[in-house]
Order: sequence, then C-alpha cells, then structure tokens
Amino acid sequence: MEKDIREDIAWAKINGDVLKSLENPRKLYWVIIFAALAVFGVGIGCEVYQYRTGMGVANLDNPHVWGLYIATFIFWIGMSHSGTLLSAILHLMHADWRKPIYRFAEAMTTFSLMTAGLFVMVHIGRLWQFYYSLPYPNERGIWPNFQSPLLWDAMAIFTYLSSSVIFLYVGMIPDLAICRDHLHPGWRKKLYTLLSLGWEGTDRQWRNFRVTYLTVACFLIPLAVSVHSIVASDFAMSQQPGWHVTSFPPYFVAGALYSGCAAIITLFIILRYVFKFEEYMTLPILKKTVRLTFAIAMVWTYLNAVEFASVWYSHDGASKDVLIQKMTGPYSFAWWGMIFCGSIVPLILAIKRFQTNIPVLLVVSLLLNLGMWLERWMIVSPTFSHGYYPWTWDHDQWPSLVQWGMVFGSFGWFTLLFMIFCKVFPSVSMYEVKEMVYHRSLHLKKDETAEQGAH
Amino acid sequence: MSKRHILAMFSNFEDAEAVIYELRAANIQGFNFDDLTLKSPIEHHEVEVVLGERPAKVQWFTLGGALMGGLLGFWLISGAQANFYAQMKGGKPIVPLPPNFILTYEMFILGGVFISILGFLICAGLPAKRSPLYSSMVSEDQIGILVKADESAIANIKKVFLNHEALEIQEEAGK
Repeated sequence: MEKDIREDIAWAKINGDVLKSLENPRKLYWVIIFAALAVFGVGIGCEVYQYRTGMGVANLDNPHVWGLYIATFIFWIGMSHSGTLLSAILHLMHADWRKPIYRFAEAMTTFSLMTAGLFVMVHIGRLWQFYYSLPYPNERGIWPNFQSPLLWDAMAIFTYLSSSVIFLYVGMIPDLAICRDHLHPGWRKKLYTLLSLGWEGTDRQWRNFRVTYLTVACFLIPLAVSVHSIVASDFAMSQQPGWHVTSFPPYFVAGALYSGCAAIITLFIILRYVFKFEEYMTLPILKKTVRLTFAIAMVWTYLNAVEFASVWYSHDGASKDVLIQKMTGPYSFAWWGMIFCGSIVPLILAIKRFQTNIPVLLVVSLLLNLGMWLERWMIVSPTFSHGYYPWTWDHDQWPSLVQWGMVFGSFGWFTLLFMIFCKVFPSVSMYEVKEMVYHRSLHLKKDETAEQGAH
Repeated sequence: MSKRHILAMFSNFEDAEAVIYELRAANIQGFNFDDLTLKSPIEHHEVEVVLGERPAKVQWFTLGGALMGGLLGFWLISGAQANFYAQMKGGKPIVPLPPNFILTYEMFILGGVFISILGFLICAGLPAKRSPLYSSMVSEDQIGILVKADESAIANIKKVFLNHEALEIQEEAGK
C-alpha cells in the first residue's frame, strides 16, 4: 500500500518547505491572483451599478425575489462545510491523513462564509439596512421575529463564522511561532510575533492546546450541521410548493459536504502545484479525499431520490407540478445538468485509475461543483416561477447580466482571499505534519522490532 | 536563595525523557520538579507520563461558557418577547419554547467556543513574554528542558544534562 507521507522527512525540511511557500510560489500564483482580481472587479462593477440604479437591473421582481443571489449564498455556505469535515470530524475519528490538508480546508470555510455573507447584503439592495437581519432586542421598536428561520440564519452564520475564524487561528498558533522563529526580520516577522502570542511549545501550552482544539472541534460539528439545517429551514418551513419537505435539512447538509469535498479536491490540486507541496499533498491522500467525496456524492444522490419520491407520492399537486416543471420546463437544462454533474459524473471517482489522475480529477471536481451550484439554483427559482398563485406561472425569470456578474465576481473574491491567505499564512500545518511523520516512524520501528523478534 | 534558569536542548524525545527521569530520581536539593518545563516542536502525549499529572482545566471554562451563552441567549430572546406581551399573539404563547431553542442552541455553542478560547489563553499562560531562555530550534526539531532552580542546584542539573549529551545549554547570567 502506498504511504500517505514519507516517514523519513526531516522536521527541518518540513519547516523549510512550508516557509518557502510563503515566499516563492510558482508563477501561476500571480496569474491566479490577477485573474481573481479581474473577476472580482466585474462583481464590484455590477454591485456599484445595481446600488446606483436600483434592484430592477438585477431582474428580480415579484415573485422572483431571491434569484441567483440566494442560490449562490447557499452554495457558498455549503462550501464552508468542508473545513469542518476535515478538521473536526476527521480529527475526532483520528484520521491523521487529514493533517497536511486540513488547514487550507479551514481557510476555505472562513472565506466561503465571508463570501456567502456578501450575497445576503447584495440581495437586500439597501446595504445600510443589513443589520435589520441581526437578532437583537426590541428597544428600537423594529420587533425582530425570533420565530423566523431567516433570523436564525443570521445568528447561526455569525456563530459559525466567528467560531471558524477562532478555530483556524488557534490551530495555527504553533505554526505562527515557527514562522516567527525562522523567517527573516521584516513585516512578516512582526506579524507572526504578534499573532503567535509568545508560544514556546511548553508542555503546559501543548496540554491546554490539545484540550481546547478537541473541545472546539466537538462544538463545530453540531454547529455546522445546525447552520445548513437552518439554511434548509429558510425553505422547508415555508409553505411554498417544492420546499415544504421534511428531508430538506439532511439533504442540504449532505449537499454542503459534497460541494465542500469537491472544492477541496480542486484546491488540493492547485495548491500542490503552485506551492510545490508534492511531498505533503500526496496522491494517496488525494485518493482518500476522492473516495470520501464519492461516498458523499452517493448519499446526496440518495437524498435527492428521497426528495423526488416524497414529492411524487405526496398527493400534493402543486409540489408535483413544480417537480414536473423542473424536469420539462424552462429550467430543465439546468435541472438535468444538476443530475448529470451531481450524480453521474461522480461515478468516475469510483474508477481506481482515475482516483489519482490529476487532470481528470480537476475537471471532475469543477463539474461536481457546477452541479452543486445548479442544485441550489434549482431549489430557488423553479418554485418561485410555479407557486400556488397562477399569476406566478407566466413569470419565468432569467437572471440579468448584473446577477451573473455578481455570481462570477464572488468566485474572484473567494479566490483572492484564499490565495492571499495561503501566501501569508502556512497552508500546510507544519507541526501536525511533524506529528504525523513522528507517529508513523514510531509505528514503523515497532513493526520492524516485532518482525525481528519473530525471526 | 535566588533562582536561576537553565535550558538544555536534546535531539529527540527519548533523551529528553531520560533526563527528566534522572532529574526526578536524583532528588537534587534546591530543585522542585514542578519547576521543570518541557518545550517541544510537537505535542507529545508520553510527556504526561514522564512529567506526572498536570491536568488541563479548559473544559471547566467550556462548561461555564456554554451554559452562560445558552442562558444569556434564552434570556435575551424571551426578554424581548415578554417585553412586548401586550402585542396580540392570537392565543399563541408569548415565549414560544421550540423556536427559541434554536437561538439558545446557537448561543450555547457561541459561548462555549468563546469562553473555551479564553480558558485556553488563561490556562496556557498566553499571551506571554519570551521566557528568559529560549532556542528557536524548539520550533524546528529539538526538545528543550527548561529548569528553574536554586543557584546551588544548577551545577548538578547541568551535570545531568551533560551526561545525556545535550546539544546546547543556555544559562541565565548569575546575579
């Protein structure tokens, strides 16, 4: 069996390789940064235009009040679940192969949430009234509705974002101390000195660090599940046809893990090349991530089938009409695209020789996320265009270029934040890779000793 | 008697463990075993066996933070709802428990996470000033043993370090 990582990598080399990534990435890094800036610029331009002209330019109207904005909001919230999966769930399961790749997945969580938050602001149009969605008491007489899932959403996302940022930061403290100790004087050294809080790796620090990391991981798992369940409740607790489905929360959580895992594969491949991490982000680790993604893809496919079946056999005519309209109406290309990308394409991941084929995996992972984005769009728009009132039925809405531009721009914003993070902070956890190497070399020694004893 | 620090660096955990066992067994006058600190580049579970029990108390902060967060959340929400009990609710409860549970739950987690981090900082003694003796090799691949002891004990401790082939020894200047 291939090894996840070589046991004989010197600890000094691990430091050296990761610290080098902060200073000397491949040229592709700068290409990605400039491309992301350009794409983000498109989004900014669209937002400025919409802000100055009015929401009409987004082609949002009644009944189409959410459009691509909320669909993309759900997409980015879903993407954020990968970090929790890799850091928290796999940490509790002692899956140590996650160690070289969990840091960037955690960063992905944070930046996805920051991107998702933008869409809430963008879709309300009046940016200065964003704070109306926050749950705070009634002294100003605005009477927030504490029984509304939209308000739960605001609170859940705030909790998730702040906890994720803290989790990412705390997990990085020992690595920040490494950067402080081994980088040349300059702004970076000052930054790391400040952020490492005087960490010296004492037994007291490590002991408390371990307990804290485990505790926060235990909190993050139910939190992540609650966040996407609450996002699902935005739909499922309404009376709209096609949304009022009991299986929505687990369906959303599975979809979130699915798109997050697919994004991890994409970013794994990019970071591995750009930062020359071939020794740490190894093909056996990629293979494990691919298998995990395949398993989640099948869960998502099953839950999709459950959702269709429960609508089909529910004797709820309006919901059934929405389902038929999705399959055969103006959105059918996107719905079938979702089925193809989300349920058919992942079958490629089951084929062994493709599980480590980087070009194939890059394309497949992008297609999977296209499928997951289409899924979110197919949750939001078809229901609005085929509600209980017949007057909604002739309101097929095609998103305007402003909406598309903003969706496009969000990918630039995310990529920009993510790539800047990877250049400023270590995207591979040095101390955890050392732990992985240390424990594996101990096992190896034990096996060798046992073998010698047997002879 | 004035206290002084001495730091020795070792290339692996086995050597460092052997030194700690010897220092404990040597029963050196003027040296309290609790004043020994191990510094390492990675977390090393076996250290707890060697150093003896030094429990972490972060979980108590977590428990307190989570309970406080949950209670505060419920109090804020139900307080806001009850404040307006004159509002027509159509016979529905003024403080409905099932929907309030959601925000209480979120606040429970928020409180738990935030106070755990506070507990971590307090228990781990962070943020901290750089200790008088430190080697950047601790964050690379060496294990450090920092000892605070009476001036009279330093020579004996140093002898133990040298016996185990310490890679480097740093001493605080005498006063």
